[in-house]
Amino acid sequence: MPDVSRAHVDPVAPFDRVVERRAVIAVFGGVYNNHLALQATLEDAEQQGATRFLCLGDLGGFGPHPDKVWPRLLGHEVTVLQGNYDHSVGHGLLDCACGYTDPRDNHFASLSYRYTLAKTSEAFRAYQRGLPAVIHERWAGQSVRLAHGSPRQVNEFLWESTSSDAFLSRLLDEAGPRAGGRADLLLVTHTGIPWQRRLPDGRRVINVGAIGRPANDGSTTVWYALVTVDPAAPEPIAVEMRRVAYDHERLADEMRREDLPQEFVETILTGWWTTCLEILPPKERLRGKF
Amino acid sequence: MSMSTSSAVARRSEMLRLVPGPLPLEAAAELPLAALDTVWIQLTGTLCNIACRHCFITCGPKEDRVRMMTHAEVARTLAEAERLGVKEIYFTGGEPMLHPEFFDVLADSLAVAPTAFLSNGILIDDLAARRLRQLFDASRYSLDCRISLDGTSPETNDSVRGRGTFQKIARGIACLAEVGLAPVVTVVEHQEGMAAAEERLRFLGLLRELGVTRPRVKFLPLLRIGREPTRTHGYGEDEFVRPEDLTPEVAERLQCRSCRLVTADGVMTCPLLLDEPEARLGSALGDALGPIRLRWAACHTCVSEGLQCRT
Repeated sequence: MPDVSRAHVDPVAPFDRVVERRAVIAVFGGVYNNHLALQATLEDAEQQGATRFLCLGDLGGFGPHPDKVWPRLLGHEVTVLQGNYDHSVGHGLLDCACGYTDPRDNHFASLSYRYTLAKTSEAFRAYQRGLPAVIHERWAGQSVRLAHGSPRQVNEFLWESTSSDAFLSRLLDEAGPRAGGRADLLLVTHTGIPWQRRLPDGRRVINVGAIGRPANDGSTTVWYALVTVDPAAPEPIAVEMRRVAYDHERLADEMRREDLPQEFVETILTGWWTTCLEILPPKERLRGKF
Repeated sequence: MSMSTSSAVARRSEMLRLVPGPLPLEAAAELPLAALDTVWIQLTGTLCNIACRHCFITCGPKEDRVRMMTHAEVARTLAEAERLGVKEIYFTGGEPMLHPEFFDVLADSLAVAPTAFLSNGILIDDLAARRLRQLFDASRYSLDCRISLDGTSPETNDSVRGRGTFQKIARGIACLAEVGLAPVVTVVEHQEGMAAAEERLRFLGLLRELGVTRPRVKFLPLLRIGREPTRTHGYGEDEFVRPEDLTPEVAERLQCRSCRLVTADGVMTCPLLLDEPEARLGSALGDALGPIRLRWAACHTCVSEGLQCRT
């Protein structure tokens, strides 16, 4: 007779995937229609030995030509999570559910959402509707949770300066693959600014930033995380945040031709955010130009 | 009890009659605590250096019915909040800057979590602004200064916050701007149309004139409790939240599903219910994690207008 009680505590079963051999994995988020940065990120990751690509969601918004993103995702067999943008576009909702409160921010968010919704093909929208909201994997024996905003809410902003250790520990405690489980590593995006934290108990939270828009740091480059999983290494999950340069001037040209707001173009060309500023916490806001 | 306290109690009883009492427990909607994200700390109780005519908890220079918390009480609260996984801390009052150890309390809090304080800004001079900037720079978590200002002119603001307060508040904001801090200015809609787009632009313009390069403005609806009923009117008999009003979408955005208020007298459901003995949940945060009932007239404003006290 099979031992049913043991099956219930099998630590492997609840995971979407288990990585037990050396693997290099690229984790990125916030594509925001930036097909050129997506291509550059995939190429950079491949040059670094990546064989697997994970996107934490928000494919649309901000940039030009939403449908140019899709073939690149399919071509590299990218595993994609559903961000709030993808949920909204997929279901044809009224707005992007980005969580802005300021009227100026909402004005620009609305412009870019309406553009993206109108220019996304029905087939791509159906794809976005079907994306999973969360993924749970086991890498080198550690429980890894991948989410868009936070494990508990797709559009929750996890900024470096507003995420206390106490709060992050609680999120990890609650982010296990099953009741009573917990995560050792959490990877998120949604804010657009990368950061990483090792908590006092050694567990980690990493915001991989966004590849679709610069990180409000005065550089036109964008960020993603290159993760090396190696059970035999002293650090079985090593995370390197990488900057990627791409043809941002060509993207700016495409944005102008599509009549996207000059404020967005300026961000692509300068690396400074010009819109959606009110959501920035004081510390992150002071580091920017506006 | 001193004369001033007893007259304050008498005034308070007068005001309470203008707001209908709470719904019976069985008639009120129940709301579980989804998570303890936000801990509000009533640092100076009801003590304030001004007495605004629309203050929803009747604070003022002689209002001592809720006492100031000691540094040790705050430290205990912070330790418990940290154990419970707190995301953010807000200090309020009264005027929290009246606390003799205000800056030390703020430093303790910033060691635990991102922290904001709600002030009228009158006590912010050059020295205070520099100390706030030092705290801002020394912490890895954000420090947010929230300053209440209820008009872009002395006429509008001083009509509710008291004569001469506009100039004093503007000076406090300018001091913060001088050290490179950008306060969130909160505006109570005490007159019709205050949250309109043009008025928002006027506020942003005023803040830029005061030197704030990254101005932020948050509008708050009037709460018709505390002193406000004597200025205008309180809630009607039918302005309550019925269980059927509490749809999942409404519940999702109520701040009382993720916050508690700690005072010197115990833990309350939220910052609005300071004066409601029946809203007291226990003596420590750990006693206050159960569901609450939306029994009070003020709950109507949060439900109908989506009020969020947090920034």
